[in-house]
Amino acid sequence: MTCTRLRVMIGSVVVLAFGLGGALAQSGEVNVYTYRESKLMAPLFEAFSQDTGLKVNVISASSGLEQRIRAEGANSPADVLLTVDIGRLEDAVRAGVTQPIRSDLLERVVEPRYRDPEGHWYGISMRARVVYASRERVAQDAITYEELADAKWKGRICIRSGQHNYNNALFAAAIAKLGAGTAADWLHGLKANLAQKPSGGDREQARDVAAGKCDLGIGNTYYWALMANANAAQKPWAQATKVILPTFKNGGTHVNLSGVILAKHAPNKANAMRLIEWLVGEKAQLMYADVNYEYPVRAGVAVNPTIASFGALNADPMPLSTIAEQRKAAADLVDQIGFDR
Amino acid sequence: MSVNSQTADSGDRRQLWAKAPRLAAGAPRIVALALAAITGLLVLGPAASLIVIASGDSGDLWAHLIAHVIPDSLVETALLLAGVAALTTGIGVGAAWLISTFQFPGRAKLVWLLPLPLAIPTYIVAYVYVDILDTAGPVQTALRAAFGWQSPAEYWFPPIRSLGGAIGVIGFVLYPYVYLASRAMFQTQCTAYIEAARVLGARPVRLVRTITLPLARPAIAVGLALALMETLNDIGASEYLGVRTLTLSIFSTWLNRGNLTGAAQIASLMLLAVLALVALERYGRRRRGFAAPAQDSQLVTPIVLSGARGWLATLACVLPVTLGFFLPAGFLAWQVIERSLFAGFDKALLAHTLNTITYAAAATGIVLALGFGVVAALRWLPNAFIAACVNLAGIGYAMPGTVLALGMLTPLVALDDGINAVTRAVAGVGVGLLIAGSGAAVVIAYVVRFLAISVGFAQSGFARITTAFDDSARLLGAGPATVTRTLHIPLARPAIFGAALLIFVDCLKELPATLLLRPLNVETLSTYVYQFATRGSFEEGALAALMIVAVGVVPVVYMVRLADLSAEFASGAARMSA
Repeated sequence: MTCTRLRVMIGSVVVLAFGLGGALAQSGEVNVYTYRESKLMAPLFEAFSQDTGLKVNVISASSGLEQRIRAEGANSPADVLLTVDIGRLEDAVRAGVTQPIRSDLLERVVEPRYRDPEGHWYGISMRARVVYASRERVAQDAITYEELADAKWKGRICIRSGQHNYNNALFAAAIAKLGAGTAADWLHGLKANLAQKPSGGDREQARDVAAGKCDLGIGNTYYWALMANANAAQKPWAQATKVILPTFKNGGTHVNLSGVILAKHAPNKANAMRLIEWLVGEKAQLMYADVNYEYPVRAGVAVNPTIASFGALNADPMPLSTIAEQRKAAADLVDQIGFDR
Repeated sequence: MSVNSQTADSGDRRQLWAKAPRLAAGAPRIVALALAAITGLLVLGPAASLIVIASGDSGDLWAHLIAHVIPDSLVETALLLAGVAALTTGIGVGAAWLISTFQFPGRAKLVWLLPLPLAIPTYIVAYVYVDILDTAGPVQTALRAAFGWQSPAEYWFPPIRSLGGAIGVIGFVLYPYVYLASRAMFQTQCTAYIEAARVLGARPVRLVRTITLPLARPAIAVGLALALMETLNDIGASEYLGVRTLTLSIFSTWLNRGNLTGAAQIASLMLLAVLALVALERYGRRRRGFAAPAQDSQLVTPIVLSGARGWLATLACVLPVTLGFFLPAGFLAWQVIERSLFAGFDKALLAHTLNTITYAAAATGIVLALGFGVVAALRWLPNAFIAACVNLAGIGYAMPGTVLALGMLTPLVALDDGINAVTRAVAGVGVGLLIAGSGAAVVIAYVVRFLAISVGFAQSGFARITTAFDDSARLLGAGPATVTRTLHIPLARPAIFGAALLIFVDCLKELPATLLLRPLNVETLSTYVYQFATRGSFEEGALAALMIVAVGVVPVVYMVRLADLSAEFASGAARMSA
């Protein structure tokens, strides 16, 4: 009797838990962990729900999501992890929380340099790390990354911390492209050209150029587009600067990836695959390009007019996984030369 | 002659404990031990999993750190901490002393205005000041226009994105920790010493140096320790303002070098250093008693400051609250109007507000009960195990929020695995991540993080209640429950309210642990604001940031008033019992 009552009690707790948890495997849903702000992703997920009838549950954070998935283990509700950086994609693979994404569609649409050879991650969109140049004080309309170390820019360049993951990826690309020795000289040269100690975010670099503190600021493409399309207070910062897409002498412009992984224990794997394939579809790629001011990974999809105004993107051909291998070396180099000092 | 705190009639703490009535075996004893065990387990869980992560091989990390990172970071971190310590102590103790000792214009309002900077997240204040004071900001633009300067190269302006800027920003935001802690003490300061010294002709400044400050030292230490740990663990403001603290190297090691083990090693060592410093401060005052004689703990009659001196006192209190609160909050309000953020009001914000309040209120209740409970337990049952648990309570506050959150993941999931094992055995079905996947994880993280505040305030609050009260009550036959209810809680009320306020508002603002541990589809106000900040447009989140402020201001005003009333109550009770 007592035992039955106990079972009923535990049974009702279990039922209650299903109601409370809401994070358990349920058909018709897909659970997304994302490094991209959930507010920005909301329009895309709404469109996905309209197209498929699947509900998207979201949690966004700035670091540690792959560790959360790892700790959650077999019970993890995570189906999909969206990142805004190649580093986090590689971290997720190394944390052992991924499984290969098998999709003919994805293999067809996403170029090999923008995906993991084993299929553990795929790129969805890209942003370029570029130069915000003063319209007033900088005449040239083209520049190489190598040139940023040229003494003619002494005291004229602004940049955020060398340990920020955007710069970490750029410096890793420099090491991968130029070799460790040349890249170290280059970073020394860049450091010597800085107008001030690295600080602030990408937006502050454009602001400093606008205010005359420096002539070149280093930042991502979408920050500039956000300022250009923002309110009256920020517009002047974009208007005072022009975006130049720099290239490596022996290559193209450094891009970083927003990408996707399929969680190892994804409880809604089929739904997750539908979401991942939907994200590289034309509609989603167009939305990505418009909402986030990013470059679509799918060829033939139009970029936002603001981004298009920078000129055609000639993305560097080196695979991002090769660049990601140099992340540690780049972080070490920044410390060694005292870049942030 | 200085009235040393040692001359207070309570004498040596250890003697005092030895005299304190011990709990007999039975229910109260079990409750006391259980409280201590829960506290210990809560803080040791994340610390243990941090140590497990740290126990791996971090490769060549340390040679690199010692050669290239630590020398500079250590100096920069030390300068930042020293600067913030000087600023928060100067403002916090100064303002608390002025408010408690003198009567001057605006004093009644300033009592509750002074803690307000608590209600704004530090990193938001950093963004605001950079917007205002940076080269492109309105101040420098106006200066350039006024003096006809063409470029920033033609003049010098103190850079806000600098170590000095960080000290200023963080100091003006965090001084309320010291202010609230010392005010709770000054309010119940023993008047006999002060009146006696006044009769003997001591000037107020001398009173402060020889009586007020020595007696308030435990409280000041608690407030300052909280402010400095907050500073040390800050990443948002420091990184933005270009200060390379040791904490930033935890993140570059983890995220750029992909070396979680190494990051955990740095975090563990920093944790040890912080705990050692806190222990050192306690050791420094180990032989002093800080209890006030019962019959004298009435409120000091404030000295009326008239004329210019009164207004000077007003100015001294108005300045920090203006810089730490009115200016940044005003800037946010201006952004809301300028960007007509009300027009695009996101209805989800109301749900976020409700989540925020629910988590914060639940955590505050639990933290207060646990923190004051375990300190009370130690008073009743001086016992090495309970003492150890009390001393460990600071761990959660002494590590960066993200590190704490990472450390909590494994213990929380282990708890869930246990629950699942039970439900599978009994009902044949698993329940998934009941704790780690729900709001419970966030609340538990808050509890672990903010236990330090509760325990710190409880210790300094209880230290002021002489055990003579306990002895008399026990002699008259009152049990522990009665003594706690009728004596300890009412007498410790200023400390309880001070702690409740700090904890609640800290929960509202908490970002890193909330970000990583919250359930699917849940935002709090602070995670919502953060989304805008990471996109480089924090101004768009101004409305939500102001809602944090609004939710935080209500308890600030309410608690400070209650604390003032209860200080009067406490002194009244003391007089009656005498």
